Amino acid sequence: MSGSSVKFVPEPERYEFAAGPMHHFELARRDFFKFLGAGIAVFAVAKDSLAKQETAPTQGFHQEELPKDITAWLHIGEDGNVTAFTGKVEIGQNIRTSLAQTVADELRVPFESVTMVTADTALTPFDFGTVGSRSMPTMSPQLRRAASAARDLLVAAAAKEWNVPAEGLTAADGKVTDPASGRSVRYAELARGKTLAQNLPVEDPVTPPDQWTIAGKSVPKKSARSFVTGEHKYTPDLRRPGMLFGKILRPPSFGATLTSYDAKAAQAMPGVFVVRDGDFIGAAASSESDALKALATIHAEWKEVPQTSSKELFSYLKENASPKSDERSRRTKGSVEDGLTAAAHRLDATYTVAFIAHAPLEPRAALAEWTDEKLTVWTGSQRPFAVRDELASVFHVPEINVRVIVPDTGSAYGGKHTSDAALEAARLARAAGRPVQVVWTREEEFTWAYFRPAGVMEIKSGIAADGALTAWEFRNYNCGMSGIDTPYVVSNQYIQFHSTQCPLRSGSYRGLAATANFFARECHMDELAHAAQMDPLAFRLKNLADPRLQAVLEAAAKSFGWPRKKTQEGQGFGIAGGLEKGGYVATCAEVAVDRSSGAVRVVRMTTAYECGAIVNPDGLRNQVIGANIQGLGGALFESIEFENGRITNPRFSRYRVPRFRDLPEIEALLLNRKDLPSAGAGETPIMAVAPAIGNAIFHATGTRLRTLPMVPNGLAPSRS
Amino acid sequence: MAKPIELEINGKRYSLQCDPGTPLLSALRDELGLTGTKYGCGEGQCGACTVLMDGVPRRSCQIPVSAAAAKSITTIEGLEKAGHLHPVQQAFLDAGAFQCAYCTSGMILSSVGLLSTNRNPTSAEIIQSLQGNICRCGTYPRIIEAVHLAAKSMQERGQ
Repeated sequence: MSGSSVKFVPEPERYEFAAGPMHHFELARRDFFKFLGAGIAVFAVAKDSLAKQETAPTQGFHQEELPKDITAWLHIGEDGNVTAFTGKVEIGQNIRTSLAQTVADELRVPFESVTMVTADTALTPFDFGTVGSRSMPTMSPQLRRAASAARDLLVAAAAKEWNVPAEGLTAADGKVTDPASGRSVRYAELARGKTLAQNLPVEDPVTPPDQWTIAGKSVPKKSARSFVTGEHKYTPDLRRPGMLFGKILRPPSFGATLTSYDAKAAQAMPGVFVVRDGDFIGAAASSESDALKALATIHAEWKEVPQTSSKELFSYLKENASPKSDERSRRTKGSVEDGLTAAAHRLDATYTVAFIAHAPLEPRAALAEWTDEKLTVWTGSQRPFAVRDELASVFHVPEINVRVIVPDTGSAYGGKHTSDAALEAARLARAAGRPVQVVWTREEEFTWAYFRPAGVMEIKSGIAADGALTAWEFRNYNCGMSGIDTPYVVSNQYIQFHSTQCPLRSGSYRGLAATANFFARECHMDELAHAAQMDPLAFRLKNLADPRLQAVLEAAAKSFGWPRKKTQEGQGFGIAGGLEKGGYVATCAEVAVDRSSGAVRVVRMTTAYECGAIVNPDGLRNQVIGANIQGLGGALFESIEFENGRITNPRFSRYRVPRFRDLPEIEALLLNRKDLPSAGAGETPIMAVAPAIGNAIFHATGTRLRTLPMVPNGLAPSRS
Repeated sequence: MAKPIELEINGKRYSLQCDPGTPLLSALRDELGLTGTKYGCGEGQCGACTVLMDGVPRRSCQIPVSAAAAKSITTIEGLEKAGHLHPVQQAFLDAGAFQCAYCTSGMILSSVGLLSTNRNPTSAEIIQSLQGNICRCGTYPRIIEAVHLAAKSMQERGQ
């Protein structure tokens, strides 16, 4: 790829689950041709520096040793069909389609001839996980290199056949052509009867975005038809011969331990398998209702531990912050004290965000099947290789005996990094000697999954009389460091992440901590703009030097019509922006606040997004608009309530998510930078939504809301 | 043995030996292998399990199988006829009205139900009618577009 590269800056991110497996065992090259048939293949080999980049994205992660054996990235069969292999997972972000475009583009074959094999630990090269918006910036170039190497093999094979130099030959449309003689030969013919293999080169010139023919265009989603007919099998839809349904007896509260247990009645039920292993209690039976009936007869007593509640959450986080100041989680520059002294206006404010749930519509699920000492697990996970390793470790079997397959999954949003359901299904299947499927209920999903961490952000800032930032102190308690840096130019900075005791199990959520950090920073910038009596956009632009961020702010503002004058009571406009994970985002929002009822409605949002060269505009637009809508929930009303180790709103009737009626008019502006490598788009477009809305509410009412969610019960009339 | 429950699903008759209180959703998925109908919440709040009962969208997780007897039930598997997608299915494809698509079966059946009583719904009517269906990926605008597309295509075909 050409142009300046966007480097993935290591961030010690607390809530990105991180652990690497110790060993890898993959199919050997010979086996691969046996499996796929003759043809042309491109393999990864040990010490492949590009694969390394993929396997160890951040500093905090275990530095991954690379596959010792050989795995294929690409295969061209004797029928001309192309199969590309990636450990990435399709969770609705459309990666199956975008990566197929990439392969087709680089290999010069029709899009339709490419099949992606994804997320199968027995077939695909090791992959750290579908996390951190990394599929486009790392997997896409990786597959391009594989495709480019395969193209070289094909051209060399044709050159040999025709006894001409390879340099003069061209590859296009699934054929190699000799322009001198006009001869051409199809890839399928070149692949016939051959078992040609090439190792993946470390560097290979790949096609720059301005010469893409298949990438860069909107193409229909791969296997889209199977989703509208109900034919696609998600993990809960899979059935195996003799399969049983498993249910788990959950403790009454977090951290409860089993003190007494009597399962005689359940064990006596015909066709029911009951397992107690430590504090784990589960049953498998030929129907879910039989498994539940069995669990209902079990007498279990638990010792519970007193725990904090959501009412005292933010003081709890502050009080339990680690007294040790972690240098790794700190960025300093100049002297904040000096900057504050020099300031014409100073501002001090605290912002908070609640725990929220991913609530993927497909709950956590797994189907496990043991054959002798070999285990196969189908599960909706973003990290199939990590699930494999955990299964191997927990069941004391070699990794080579565990295969994890991820069917295209009913979404995740960062919520499916763990192997919980897989472990449960495998434990029950081991006891039953038959395949067992475990599908979590919505209540289990809301309770026993993990949450986006809650947090507290404290900001102290100063600006000069002309609106230039002079000081910026930013502290985040508990959320994490993603997006913690300010993109604005300020010579005196102190930025610190404080770890603390987290009362609920927390983990990755679309955008990690950046959504919280953007909320605090961009609301605070709005407060400063008002203090300086400047337009919020002009204030940001004055303090910015990053042209890419300027470009998205200006694009969003222009299309939105910023600055807009209020034409009716309760109307307000807000803007916010930032950069994260290589993507640049700006959102403008219009709200309508009904002063008598306190109802807040988001009327319109315009989001500009730039992530380098666009691979699939339609897919990208779908991601940007979807992220904006999901962002409405966390901004306005989503919040996990808990008390003494129990979630008190673990269902959709009590945990409000965005629905059709919450829908504003949404515009997505996609800025295509063909001179820059592609970054991901799954996360960053969500980040400016909450602060843009908060700023618009302030503009409408004069009330500054510094807590997410902002209006779970509407805007209190007394506050306006 | 209890009397078997007779069901008519997608024009086919089935005889089921199960507890009459079993939710229709479980009967479809676990007894009959019709897994296109999805579990999402079990409390009728998300719409993923929507089927048509005598043409009316209903939450199959809330209906005991005994209450579905003698009714004509349509699931997502029953919409395609002789290899031809239902216009609503085709419209969802054309509008790209999904991401993970786990909600799609329920969205399509709710939309088919709406269009059977309102041939040309406004966006506000679509929103009203699909309010009970959750799409966590946030593809709502495309779903509205798909329903408009389907309405147009059904009118053109005189359906």
